[in-house]
Amino acid sequence: MCLAVPGKIIEIFASPSAKMGKVDFGGVFREVCLEAVPEALVGQYVIVHAGFALNTLSEEEAQATLDAFRELDTLEAELGIDDGFAK
Amino acid sequence: MKYLDEFRNADLVKNGLEQLHKITQHPWVIMEICGGQTHSIMLHGLDQLLPPSIELVHGPGCPVCVTSLELVDKALAIASRPEVIFCSFGDMLRVPGSNSDLFSLRAAGCQVKIVYSPMDAVKIAQLNPDKEVVFFAIGFETTAPANAMSVIQAKALGLKNYTILVSQVTVPPAMHAILGSPDNRVQGFLAAGHVCAVMGYYQYHSIAEKYKIPIVVTGFEPLDLVNGILKTVELLENGENKVVNAYSRVVTEKGNIAAQAIINSVFQDVDRNWRGIGLIPMSGWGLRSEFSQFDAEKRFQVDDIMTRESEICLSGKVLQGLVKPNQCPAFGTLCTPENPLGATMVSSEGACSAYFRYSRVEEIIK
Repeated sequence: MCLAVPGKIIEIFASPSAKMGKVDFGGVFREVCLEAVPEALVGQYVIVHAGFALNTLSEEEAQATLDAFRELDTLEAELGIDDGFAK
Repeated sequence: MKYLDEFRNADLVKNGLEQLHKITQHPWVIMEICGGQTHSIMLHGLDQLLPPSIELVHGPGCPVCVTSLELVDKALAIASRPEVIFCSFGDMLRVPGSNSDLFSLRAAGCQVKIVYSPMDAVKIAQLNPDKEVVFFAIGFETTAPANAMSVIQAKALGLKNYTILVSQVTVPPAMHAILGSPDNRVQGFLAAGHVCAVMGYYQYHSIAEKYKIPIVVTGFEPLDLVNGILKTVELLENGENKVVNAYSRVVTEKGNIAAQAIINSVFQDVDRNWRGIGLIPMSGWGLRSEFSQFDAEKRFQVDDIMTRESEICLSGKVLQGLVKPNQCPAFGTLCTPENPLGATMVSSEGACSAYFRYSRVEEIIK
């Protein structure tokens, strides 16, 4: 239930009752309520649950997490550690 | 960056697991609150890749599972009325009430519709002015903004035929209930990422301090889960009782203030009865009095309900992390997703259904 899916905003429009947008989920398009992400722009990614955008996604933070896990590998290669874990 | 595939990268997940194996020195019991995380863990087989001394127990974070039997019975009573179009998230349809379920009512000719969003239910209300449209507004903090927004929209559109049956529950009171129980075994928490996307994690510092327990905000992809478990074990091994955010691309300390304002404008704190667990004070939300015309419980008087729970089902203990699904005598025999005895076998977030769908064969034989 609490699953939320990232998608890219491709259009923003105002409906009578809320700020709405069209979001591309890897080729599936849906109307999404953007009322809680007033700063969101076309082209940005939002995380969407039950037709409602919960937040915009931070590319910087996403990259930092990925880099941290990439570095684990580099560190081991540099130190020449091999604990036999299949790669 | 599409924010999905990158976090399913097997090499990076393996890097994280290696690191986890290296730093783990003691046995630890960690609870993931959210049922979505339970499913992701089982789906990707992460439970079998962890160091053997780390035990994951599955929390009550499945709104479908904890929606009280009384409310399910009320939903069935309302959905049975000829003037009602009853809208719900798909997961709720097979949840057993005392005598029936929404699927059976639909098969019997009642108008029960599955919607992806509560705002779709508002559209159905607009298109059917001669019908009463009721939405089963279940959910944790993640779903609350969407549920609240549907009421705000209905009000703005002047709809008189839209109501919601509210079963909103909140995570922090459940964490208090679990940690305060004499049977508690949990030593570290993976906090539910999308609940925190809305609410932030500032409320968790006092829980971490009070119960001397680390709490790590965790996402849902395999790399997020390994990241969350890794950070939790680091804190446990170092004896640190802190709150750490391991889902920073989505979550900030304060959460989404605009979403919180939407929730607060429509809902207020109320006591909630959790199925299988019991009453937890101030553990959920109900409609504010100024929105009482959108309250399905007020519009449809359905009070004289006698509930009857299955006598065999152990879902209450499963939800509290006291029993693993496959330790239940009915698991996979008397109780299956096709014929569930409890809601934990139904929901796409229920721990029993996760074990049934994804558990490797040897797990079931054990």
